[in-house]
Amino acid sequence: MLSRVADSLYWMSRYLERADHNARVLESNYNSLLNPAKESRVSRWNRITQSLGLDCDLSNNDSPWSLLSFIAQPGNRSSILGSISGARENASQVREQISSEMWERLNRLYHEVNATSTRPEFGSEPLRFLSLFREGTYAFHGVTDATIAHGEAWYFIQLGRYIERADCVCALLDASYSVSEGADDLDWIGLLTSCSALDAFRKVYTANLAPECVIEFLLLDENFPHTVRYSIERVNSALSAIANVTFTRHADKIQRIIGKLRSSLAYAQIQEIISRGLHLYLMQIREQCKALHKAVHEVYIDYSTESVLES
Amino acid sequence: MAAEVWRLRNSVDHPFSDYELADAFDEMFGTPGRPRPHYEELYQRLLEQSREELWRSKQQADISFLNQGITFTVYGREEGTEHIFPHDLLPRVISGAEWDVIERGLKQRVQALNLFLRDVYHEKHILKDGVISGELLYTCSQFRRQMRGIKIPGDIYVSICGTDLIRTPDGKFVVLEDNLRVPSGVSYMLTGRKVMKEIFPMLFHQCGVRPIEHYGQALLATLRSLTPDGRANPRVVLLTPGIYNSAYFEHSYLARQMGIELVEGRDLLVHDNVVYMRTTSGLQRVDVIYRRVDDDYLDPLTFRHNSTLGAAGLFNAYRAGNVVLANAVGTGVADDKAIYAYIPEIIRYYLGEDPILNNVETFLMTDDKQREHVCANLHRYVVKAVGESGGYGMLIGPHSTKEEQSEFRRKILADPRNYIAQPTLALSTAPCFTEDGRIQPRHVDLRPYVLYGADEITVVPGGLTRVALRKGSLVVNSSQGGGSKDTWVLYQ
Repeated sequence: MLSRVADSLYWMSRYLERADHNARVLESNYNSLLNPAKESRVSRWNRITQSLGLDCDLSNNDSPWSLLSFIAQPGNRSSILGSISGARENASQVREQISSEMWERLNRLYHEVNATSTRPEFGSEPLRFLSLFREGTYAFHGVTDATIAHGEAWYFIQLGRYIERADCVCALLDASYSVSEGADDLDWIGLLTSCSALDAFRKVYTANLAPECVIEFLLLDENFPHTVRYSIERVNSALSAIANVTFTRHADKIQRIIGKLRSSLAYAQIQEIISRGLHLYLMQIREQCKALHKAVHEVYIDYSTESVLES
Repeated sequence: MAAEVWRLRNSVDHPFSDYELADAFDEMFGTPGRPRPHYEELYQRLLEQSREELWRSKQQADISFLNQGITFTVYGREEGTEHIFPHDLLPRVISGAEWDVIERGLKQRVQALNLFLRDVYHEKHILKDGVISGELLYTCSQFRRQMRGIKIPGDIYVSICGTDLIRTPDGKFVVLEDNLRVPSGVSYMLTGRKVMKEIFPMLFHQCGVRPIEHYGQALLATLRSLTPDGRANPRVVLLTPGIYNSAYFEHSYLARQMGIELVEGRDLLVHDNVVYMRTTSGLQRVDVIYRRVDDDYLDPLTFRHNSTLGAAGLFNAYRAGNVVLANAVGTGVADDKAIYAYIPEIIRYYLGEDPILNNVETFLMTDDKQREHVCANLHRYVVKAVGESGGYGMLIGPHSTKEEQSEFRRKILADPRNYIAQPTLALSTAPCFTEDGRIQPRHVDLRPYVLYGADEITVVPGGLTRVALRKGSLVVNSSQGGGSKDTWVLYQ
């Protein structure tokens, strides 16, 4: 596969995952905001923006309708419209590599977001918009799994999706936990819903919403698709599959990083993590994700010509 | 039934109630209200449909185009000016007998053009025999000196050709221009067909339309047949200038249809005169490049030094015979608008046959008599710059002002070699579904696509019918308010 194509597939997938994640976080927080607030809306919004990497000044606007600005800031790559445009731009560069169903799905999603977010009545129905969007991304993932070969291209898509997810969930956990003074059950429910994890959580821990349990679940659970550990495991299988098809001899660097990441998630215990500082732990995971991204880039995308011609 | 049709015909809502025939040949009607036999099926079907039904079909087609992302980019505006390709709801129908003439004529023409190209880059018999002058040939901006003496596999210079045909008032098809460099539009032919089959499945079935869906396979077979000797399992790629090119949709569409890699210049590199592409598994050798990049941008070492769209060293690899480019470099010399005037002669010279498809009468501004005549009667002629395409750099005499005419007169006198003139042609008209919900005649042309491989010449039965959507307009280029129609070539 062309290196440029692999790069575009990877980024298409990352952008879409980010859009999806942001939509879920906004939807869940919007729901919480409908309850009478004990903290000011401004500080809550600030927490959300911080966790989403969005850059909005909300000091003058504590209306929940300001949701719109997160969704449709065209210049901002982290807004939903921005991310979905990023995904679509990357997809358009590799249209011949993805199935036409995938392209149509993504293209339609983009046009829907674009049309909805500019309609004046949007302000009164953000929830409908967000759930519509979520369904659109689910459909895209379904179409992706069903209509292209689960070969190299698909694995690069998986890689982008789960590396982004691991990073986003870490950022969200970090932001939620760092201001958890005085947080109540509703806040933890909000956090779980942001990861579509409320039902799954209850099945494992019952309705006991102890902060440690919530963090443990979202960080270390092996089986639920929106946890950090699960994401890293998927990243690992995507990377091994890619190494298998490409016969790359320089992949050991990648192996080392992913190996470390996996063991730090597999053998960690939540009490230990919290006593040493959750923030520090999450930062390390995010750093390693970044290193992984860089290594993948060096090995598969932007390698030096000399290294290849010699071998 | 007859009474029913009669009633429909005379009701106010009758879709053809204000279809006016003018001087031009009309594809559907010989005389008012009497469709030609091959249009009968379509005519009857349209009479049965209400304006609302047609509207719904049109909207359904628009949505289908948008969702499939069938768009093109208009240059010179902000990002986001991706438009759906304007298309007309009603197909243009060509009878089997008419098509057979077109097909034979196109094959003859592309054969002669290839022989001509081989000759001008090698022995130049045609100059020695005085059919065309050396001055005319060497002043052609598309003549590529670098190609002299280079051996091309199978002597096939033009393997993909999109010839523009128009139908004159006497009903004959004539060639308006040959597009021998990187002809585009074939993806709109293919996707337009897909949409039409969705919208009018029964009509399509009843008419007996020849299929065009095998174009992708035919193109790939053509490209593979050009492979350099001794390369089993050749790797064919499509080279695109990138996503900001106006025809990018087509590039990616064709690559997908053929199942080949769509590469950009930055994906390629040349080492020891061999072309490679950069993949996740390392470098892989490339054998045949279907390039949609103009000659000038192919290789910064040989042509334009500031081009980033090609690959450095590509031309040397080409010269060494390690890679094939389709079309070959320098084919533009044969679609120069002044050379065009000589093509009937060129056909006679190389093939010893009379041309099956004729040219439009063309006046060369380098000829004193012809120039004087045209300059004195500019209001009657269409003047074209020889190297331009896409409908740019043109004067349409009858629609021009005195100022425009005198400006063109000045330009012609300053650089006669750069201009030709043709009589204003009444392009034939075909019924179109207009924005106000009526069916009206609009001017159309036809661009069929010819594939010339080492083993056979293929003309897929169909093509892109371009239509001037504005009333009375003769400009069919999509960059200037033109659109397309599906073209149905019938078995009968």
